[in-house]
Amino acid sequence: MIRLENLTKAFDTPAGTVIAVDRINLEVGGGEICVLLGPSGCGKTTTLKMINRLIEPTSGKIYIDGKDTDRQDPVELRRTIGYVIQQIGLFPNMTVEENICVVPKLLGWDLDKARERASELLATINLEPALFLKRYPKELSGGQQQRVGVARALAADPPVLLMDEPFGAIDPINREVIQDEFLKMHRRLKKTVMFVSHDIDEAVKMADKVAIFRAGKLEQFASPDEILAHPANTFIADFVGTDRTLKRLRLIRVGDALEPRAPTLVDNDSVERVRELMREHGQKIMVVVDAVGRPQGYLDRDVVASRPGTAADHRAALPATVRVDDDLRTAVSRMFMHDVRWMACVDRDGVFAGFVSQRGITRLLGETYRDPTKRAN
Amino acid sequence: MRSARLGRGVFAAIVLAAFLVGVFAQRGGLVDSIVKYRGDIVFLTQQHMQLVAISGGLAIAVGVPLGLWLSRPVMRGAAESIMQALNLGSTIPTLAVLALAMSLLGIGVVPAIFGLWVSSLLPIVRNTYAGMLGVPVYLVEAANGMGMRPMQILQAVEVPNALYVIFAGIRTALAINVGTAPLAFLIGGGGLGELIFTGIDLNEPGMMLAGALPTALLAVLVDFLVGVLAFWVVPRGVNPLR
Amino acid sequence: METLAFILQNLPAIGQRTIQHVSIVGVAVGLGILTGVPIGIAITQNRRAADVVLYIAAIIMTIPSIALFGVMIPVLSLIGQGIGYLPAVIALLLYSQLPIIRNTYTAISNIDPALREAARGMGMSSLERLRQVEIPLAVPVIMAGVRIAVVINIGIAAIATYIGAGGLGAFISRGISQTDSRQLITGALAVSLLAIAADYLLLWLQHRLTPVGIRTTRLRTARRSIETGAAA
Repeated sequence: MIRLENLTKAFDTPAGTVIAVDRINLEVGGGEICVLLGPSGCGKTTTLKMINRLIEPTSGKIYIDGKDTDRQDPVELRRTIGYVIQQIGLFPNMTVEENICVVPKLLGWDLDKARERASELLATINLEPALFLKRYPKELSGGQQQRVGVARALAADPPVLLMDEPFGAIDPINREVIQDEFLKMHRRLKKTVMFVSHDIDEAVKMADKVAIFRAGKLEQFASPDEILAHPANTFIADFVGTDRTLKRLRLIRVGDALEPRAPTLVDNDSVERVRELMREHGQKIMVVVDAVGRPQGYLDRDVVASRPGTAADHRAALPATVRVDDDLRTAVSRMFMHDVRWMACVDRDGVFAGFVSQRGITRLLGETYRDPTKRAN
Repeated sequence: MRSARLGRGVFAAIVLAAFLVGVFAQRGGLVDSIVKYRGDIVFLTQQHMQLVAISGGLAIAVGVPLGLWLSRPVMRGAAESIMQALNLGSTIPTLAVLALAMSLLGIGVVPAIFGLWVSSLLPIVRNTYAGMLGVPVYLVEAANGMGMRPMQILQAVEVPNALYVIFAGIRTALAINVGTAPLAFLIGGGGLGELIFTGIDLNEPGMMLAGALPTALLAVLVDFLVGVLAFWVVPRGVNPLR
Repeated sequence: METLAFILQNLPAIGQRTIQHVSIVGVAVGLGILTGVPIGIAITQNRRAADVVLYIAAIIMTIPSIALFGVMIPVLSLIGQGIGYLPAVIALLLYSQLPIIRNTYTAISNIDPALREAARGMGMSSLERLRQVEIPLAVPVIMAGVRIAVVINIGIAAIATYIGAGGLGAFISRGISQTDSRQLITGALAVSLLAIAADYLLLWLQHRLTPVGIRTTRLRTARRSIETGAAA
């Protein structure tokens, strides 16, 4: 959807020519979120601004949906690209509705259609239209302003959205919430998004592809997991942080790391049956569930080895559980907290779904290192 | 609360003082001697307001566009020097400006209007310039990034956001204009200055007050009216008063 | 030109009137600082009082100067000082109050509260804090107010000639009544140059009195930034 070919930008300064962006080549597919990541001054913002011609490239080509952007009038081009900046930039002299309708009006939309669209978009971002359409930016909180800023960018339904550190001006607590909301909205709208960030955690969370920049050059362009597992050089390894493997945990659902399914026990299973099942499946630990399948406790092989009775007599309470939709980082954190190397997982209804173990997790993370096609370069 | 009572106390004191002054004035026959000049007051007030309206109107008509032009990026280098020159000009006392206008254009209404126009121009240009420069740069960037053309950005984003400061400049300029218009009399421009200066020359406080009081009231009135206009015209989103 | 000749011929008179002019303004503004700065500091304590005082001072500003002079006359006639020096000085004193009080008030109330807290935390008394921290920081803005007051007053003092106070305005008034353009231009130029010179001199003084740590390096930027802030 967006293709950059040998994109270059050079500035003339009193100190000589500075190459801010050096022959960048990358391609972002339709509906993907690509994050441009890197330290200050690495050229990521300059690259972004060349896409909507706020900065003119020195050389190279930019193609949006196959069309060369050089051929279009820059002002017309910008009306087909959504643009969100860090300071948000809602016009204080206009109401929320007027702000959102700016680009539709520039494109000549019918006024009623534009207003309807504004209403729709507010509903999409969880702001009650009746309450917020006629408000002024100064009457909105920072988080609300940011969401309206995104709605404004989407007003004319552009296929492409450019964002320059869009979540930077919001406090960390609200930022998480707004990032989640944006991802939810993106899953529905499927716009092609390119956004600039300097925060590796944000990039890991939000991106389908990450482009790492340094001093104007593109150092690596790959999925977040790939960058965390196989950083192309020491700069990137340092940039993503020495805890990069822990960061990878965030990218994997508990449900994708479950051990192979083992049978469960019920309260009135006899101890002999328990021992038999444990022997048969090579399990040391088995979970006791109720009639519906919800975990009630667990049995350890050592405990039932020489005692009589039923499962109910000897079961111990589960130290903790984790949900299949949680990420592995949550699971591992909980394991550390309770000093266990395994954890029982439940689904949304509380029904037992399987185990995750530390061993299993590290094996999963290590797969990418054992894959011959991914040997370090 | 202490401060509320203080406020009320001061207000009451002012009203009392005004009342006492009024009583004293009436006993001294002052009010009668002022009222004697009703006819003149009405006529001269009209003249006065014409001077203010024309010179003020022209000052706005020239000052605002000039201030806008100076704030444009293309003027960035020259604007500072021009503003410096204008600031220099603003230190020249109005009487001197009127006197110089008279030496250039003779006596009468025309040099008076010219002189008042020059004096009123400077606060308007300065505030328009400052107001426009005060519009946050990122708003212009956002507008640019959305695909607005420069004229559209000027109209829809920059001017509305500068409007409050521009109005403050107009308000100041007009209030000063009304207050210094009495000097126009000295170069033959007419206005309430006639009563004031003649009253001083002839040592008739009644005549002098017949000119001074309406002038002061007019100044307050004009300031108030422009304030009200600003309150309603400046969009709510950028209006600190709404 | 003949105006130039006139000026050269009358230098002593010009000089004398200049001194008269400067004296009226100097005394008025000097007294104005003595009254205005303390009032400005005092009203930072009470928001309501601040509103009232500033409003009154602003109202005074809207009174046309000649009208204020006019009002002084009958009042001061009672003590036989109806015309001349005294009413002029008193009127100028009143006109200097708004810029000085407003700038003092703004300067002191805009001081970062964190600095006040730091001073208190270090054990400074209110007076010490005022003297060592707040006033030095407020000086640039207060001086800007004094500058504005002086420039306005030089202009108004020119009008004071009409109530017998003399000064450079006399050239202008005689020039008008005698239709003598030489006197007219001399007077206008003299007052203008005096105003401009005073402005620059006081700007320099303002720059010198600013504590070194918060000085902006260029005179022009110092003037500009305070101009738009305090003068509007």
